[in-house]
Amino acid sequence: MVQGLGEVAWTVVVRELKLTSRRWDQAVQPLVFFCVVTTLFPLATTSDLAELRHIAPGVLWVAAMLASLLALESLFRPDVDDGTMEQWVLSQQPLAWLLLAKTAVHWLVTGVPLVLISPLLATALGMAPEAWSTVIASLAIGTATLSVLGAVGAALTVSLRRGNMLMALLVLPLEMPVLIFGARAIEVASYGENPSSSLMLLTAVLLFSVSLGPFAMAQAMRIGIE
Amino acid sequence: MWTWFHKLASPPYAYDVAGKCQPWFWWPSLILMAVSAYGGLVLAPPDYQQKDAFRIIYVHAPSAWMSLFVYSTMAIAAGVGLIWRIKLAHAFAAACAPIGVWFTGLALITGSVWGKPMWGTWWAWDPRLTSELILLFLYLGYLSLRSSFEDISRADRASAVLAVVGVVNVPIIHYSVIWWNSLHQGPSVTKTGAPTIDPSMLWPLFCMIVAFMLFFAAVMCDRLRAEILKRERSAKWLMKEVAVAHERDGVPNV
Repeated sequence: MVQGLGEVAWTVVVRELKLTSRRWDQAVQPLVFFCVVTTLFPLATTSDLAELRHIAPGVLWVAAMLASLLALESLFRPDVDDGTMEQWVLSQQPLAWLLLAKTAVHWLVTGVPLVLISPLLATALGMAPEAWSTVIASLAIGTATLSVLGAVGAALTVSLRRGNMLMALLVLPLEMPVLIFGARAIEVASYGENPSSSLMLLTAVLLFSVSLGPFAMAQAMRIGIE
Repeated sequence: MWTWFHKLASPPYAYDVAGKCQPWFWWPSLILMAVSAYGGLVLAPPDYQQKDAFRIIYVHAPSAWMSLFVYSTMAIAAGVGLIWRIKLAHAFAAACAPIGVWFTGLALITGSVWGKPMWGTWWAWDPRLTSELILLFLYLGYLSLRSSFEDISRADRASAVLAVVGVVNVPIIHYSVIWWNSLHQGPSVTKTGAPTIDPSMLWPLFCMIVAFMLFFAAVMCDRLRAEILKRERSAKWLMKEVAVAHERDGVPNV
C-alpha cells in the first residue's frame, strides 16, 4: 500500500498522540522535573530576587536541557522494545521522515508544556513580564532543536541496555550552542534590549538540525535495530 | 591510481604498508621536533611582554591545531567507512580517537599552564579554551559510545554516525562560543602582544606543527597495525605472518 508522505506523517502523529493520551505520566514527568530543578537553584544559591534575576536565563535553560534529556528515554525505547520500530525500519516508507514525525510529536508533548510554564518560573526567578515573550520564543525554538539533536543520541544508544548516562554524554556537548544562544536571548531581553539576533541564530540551528538530523537518526536507528 | 587505493583498503596490505612507513614518519618527526625545540627555546628572542613564558606556544598551538585536525581526519575516515562500508576506514577512525584525546588534553593543560602567568589564573572561560574543552567532551563521548558496544562492526558504524554529526557541529560550537564570550565583559584576556609575530619566532612554530603531523602519522601507523591485529586475529594471512615472525625470532611454534 503506497501512501503519500503527508499521509504517512499524519498516521504517525495520530498514533503517537493516541499513545501519549494513554500514558500521561510520560508527558507530565519532564514538566514536573523542569519545575523541581528550577526550584533547586534558589535553594542552593540565594533567595534574593535581584540576584536570581541575573542567573535566571541560565537556570531556565539548564533545567530545560536536563528535562529534555530525561524525556528522551521514552522517545524510541518503547517502540524498539515492542517491535514497532523494526516494522518501521522494514517498511517502504522513508525512515528519516517517520522518525522526524515522531520527534515532532515528542516535542509537542514534552517540550511545549515546558515552554508554556516557563513565564511562571521566570517570574518566580524575578524576571520582568517584558521578557516573557523572549523566554517563550527562545525555549520554544530551543527545545525543538534539543528534541531533534537528542533524538539522534537516543537512536544511537537505543540498543544499549544502560544507555542513559551515555546518551547524556553524547548529546550535551552537541547541544551547547543551543544553550548559549537560548540563554543569551533571554539575558539580552531581560536588560530590555532587542534579542532578535540570538533568536535568529537559534532558529538557524533549528533549521539546520531539522534538515540533517533525521538522516542521522535513521542511520543510527538502522544500526541499533538489526 | 585507484587500484592502489583499493589495495590499501585490504587489511594485510595496509598492515604491511603501515609497518614500512612508520620509521619514515617517526625519525623525521623526532629530528624536526628537536630542531624546532632548539629554535623555539634557544634561538627565538623572549617576547617583549610575556618574556620567556610565551615559549609554551611551541607545544600549545601545535597540539591545539592537531586536536582539530585529528577530529576531522577521524570524521572523514568514519564517513568513508559508513558510506562505502570499508572496514579499514573504521579501524583508522578508531585508531585516531585516543591520539586526538591526548592532543586535546595537552592543548588544555599547556593552555592553563600558560594562563597562570599571563592571566593570573589557571582557567579562564576564554572562547578558545572553552571550545577546546567541548572538543574533549566530543572525543570522550565518541570513545564511550564505541566501548559500550560488544559487536565491533556495530560499534564502528554507531560511532561513525556520531563522529560525522560531531564534525558538522564543531564550527557551530566554535562560533557560538566566540560569540557567547564577546557579549560578556571580556575578562581582559584579549591578545597580548602585537598580532604580527617575528619570523625568528614563527619558523620554529611551523616546524613544530609539521613535526606533530609526522608524529601523528607515525603513531597512527602503529595504532592502525594494532587495530588491524585486533580485528583480524583469526584471519589466515595473520597466522602466516605470525608464523614467519616466530621463525625469524626463533620462537618455537606452539
